[in-house]
Amino acid sequence: MSSKVDTNKFIPRFVSHHFSNADQEFESCKLGMWLFLLTEFMLFGGIFVAYVVFRTWYPETFESGAEKLDWKMGAVNTVILITSSVTMAVAIREVQLNRKGRALALLLFTVLCGMGFLVVKYFEYNHKFELGIFPGDFFSFMGDHMSNEHLYFSIYFMATATHVLHVILGLLAILWVSWRTAKGEFYEAYYTPVEMVGLYWHLVDLIWIFLFPLLYLTK
Amino acid sequence: MSTTTQNDVNFYQAKKGIMSWVYTIDHKRIGIMYLIASSLALFAGGAFALMIRAQLATPGGMLPMTPEYKDTYNMWFTLHGVIMVFLFIIPAIPAALGNFILPLMVGAKDVAFPKMNLASFYLYVIGAAIALYGIVGGESPLTTGWTFYLPYSKETAGAVITMTFAAFVLGFSSIFTGINFIVTIHKLRAPGMSWYKMPLLLWALYATSILQVLATPVLGITLLLLIAERTLQVGIFDPALGGDPVLFQHFFWFYSHPAVYIMILPGMGIISEVISCFSRKVIFGYKAIANSSIAIAVISFLVWGHHMFLSGQSVYAGLVFSFLTFLVAIPSAIKVFNWVATLHRGSITFETPMCYALSFLFLFTIGGLTGLPLATLSTDIVLHDTYYVVAHFHYVMFGGTVIAFFSGLHFYWPKMVGKMYNETVGKIACIIVFIGFNVTFFSQFFLGYTGMPRRYFTYDSSNELWSQMHGFSSIGAFILGFGVLILFANLIASLFSDRKAPNNPWGATTMDWETQSPPVLENFSEDVPVMKKAPYEYE
Ligand code: HEM
Ligand SMILES: [Cu+2]
Repeated sequence: MSSKVDTNKFIPRFVSHHFSNADQEFESCKLGMWLFLLTEFMLFGGIFVAYVVFRTWYPETFESGAEKLDWKMGAVNTVILITSSVTMAVAIREVQLNRKGRALALLLFTVLCGMGFLVVKYFEYNHKFELGIFPGDFFSFMGDHMSNEHLYFSIYFMATATHVLHVILGLLAILWVSWRTAKGEFYEAYYTPVEMVGLYWHLVDLIWIFLFPLLYLTK
Repeated sequence: MSTTTQNDVNFYQAKKGIMSWVYTIDHKRIGIMYLIASSLALFAGGAFALMIRAQLATPGGMLPMTPEYKDTYNMWFTLHGVIMVFLFIIPAIPAALGNFILPLMVGAKDVAFPKMNLASFYLYVIGAAIALYGIVGGESPLTTGWTFYLPYSKETAGAVITMTFAAFVLGFSSIFTGINFIVTIHKLRAPGMSWYKMPLLLWALYATSILQVLATPVLGITLLLLIAERTLQVGIFDPALGGDPVLFQHFFWFYSHPAVYIMILPGMGIISEVISCFSRKVIFGYKAIANSSIAIAVISFLVWGHHMFLSGQSVYAGLVFSFLTFLVAIPSAIKVFNWVATLHRGSITFETPMCYALSFLFLFTIGGLTGLPLATLSTDIVLHDTYYVVAHFHYVMFGGTVIAFFSGLHFYWPKMVGKMYNETVGKIACIIVFIGFNVTFFSQFFLGYTGMPRRYFTYDSSNELWSQMHGFSSIGAFILGFGVLILFANLIASLFSDRKAPNNPWGATTMDWETQSPPVLENFSEDVPVMKKAPYEYE
């Protein structure tokens, strides 16, 4: 130890002790993030498999279930999320160009979109609950429905609720990087957390893009 | 053999006090904490195992023959399985030994994400605490077996939610370790260490991590759906609500079969290191061993259905899964042949790690070969859910993984704590473990072959063979337990001895042995250590 040169003073502020340079650190974080996104895919993969199995077993039930969803609400939410993905991507670009103000505005707009998504989802859920459309055994819808339709809604609620949880976590993460952006911690040579949160947000978006047609547009 | 010892301030001395452990992000300290925690789990799981064997020593057993006590027995084997799988064997080699050794082997100062590494450990502790609460927190005992099959796990009053939630949290811990290892191996290798110059333990840990990252989330969603099944009655796995209990089995084994390779692959890595080192020879078929680790990782995702031949899965699916299961045995066999070829004409010495490695070769081969009749559709009909399966998986999991863990523990012990244990006692413990293990589990092949079902708390007293074999098995279990106690006592005693470990007591050639024993705070004395010679270059 004693023979070692103190290299700390040559290393920029955010490079951790065990990386030799900022590039290596950035590349490592990126790979780590992609692996994490892979785990998220596998997690949702389970729900998608359950969807495929039951849709094969009960095709009419799935059509009848999908008809009870409001595809317009789903479409609005799709547009909202895609927009938020775009603003997130541009925000990263702005950080890289050292334009803090714009970056912050775009990040906050992304948060706003995410909250808009949640509000729409809230109204959708609420409407379903009022009609007695609950998952599984609690399904008490009185109108026209097929015999195993509660299963469709089990999958609908499990999939969308898990997704909503991801949206909420994503929003918290974006707020965290917004705060750090506001403090001026990111600049052209260091923006790893914004980039990582961005990747995460795109994943949240992407999963919805699968869920929307599968659940709403079954016909 | 090198006998140099350095006296620089090692990582234990560099920082003192309990807080230096609680907040540490040093992979070595985290590895040590994981080692202590998972060893405690081994003892807890072991205690349940001895209770199971005590019960089955005679047909009458030690529990009264009333229905409540059946549940007591069911709880014992359930907790034995849950603790051994989720708290001991999955974290033991990667998270405990791997954490300590992997950065040293790649020539790095730490793993890529040290804070995530600590988070992984704390998630492990939280998971263990939740499991403990599930056991002693006043809920009725868990009796589902470690497999949590529906519909029983929905109907039973047992602590299913608590325990599945514990396993869920432990899964996160395992994922974090996996991500960390993959990134460390990709990005932090020392200059000069190309992929095919990596020590084979790194290849093994890499393959393990891929499995951890890809398979564990599926267990996560499965357990969440099981919790939703019990709380929200979602019905996805419940036939009464139009759902499919076999789907649960598919999900469960989609994780749990790769999980058995999460268990064995790191063990195989250790065996590669140990056998080459104590044969003083370049490992035979380096590339074949390295690639077969990856082949195992890939194929093991495609064989889960062999646990469900009798669960009402279609015959065609059964045929395909049977074929693929035979396929996955090939890379395992490749490794065994290469290890044996490495021994051939080597200058073999029989230090304790090598004794364990040789017993691994013997036991793992039996374990692997006895898997083949299980992979064959017609014979599995007879053998499924009997003691034959129990014997098979203990030969691979104990005879394979745990013995490899013991081998690695003795191999790396001098590096980890800086002290040499007593060789003679170490070897004696190894022999006792070997004998105890075979007495315990070989007898179970006979039990299973003659139809003794698994998970029963008693058996037909008029069947003389069963009485004998169960008796044998129980005696063996206590011999085995005794051997393991000696093993740990010997290691712990070394801490209080003054036999300081040299930097490279075994004369091994990988980079981890270039560090001081125990290593200094950031591992290497150079800032950027360079890999100078290929692994396994023995004169
Ligand atoms: C060499 C290749 C192997 C083959 C061909 C093989 C085959 C099989 C088959 C077909 C079964 C299902 C038997 C049944 O339930 O009827 C089984 C069960 C099992 N195997 Fe293996 N296996 C192999 C290696 C391993 C390894 C390396 C491990 C772990 C380290 C392992 C752990 C297990 C466990 C834990 C079970 C039983 C799980 C349970 O039902 O609780 N196997 N094996
Ligand atoms: Cu399997």
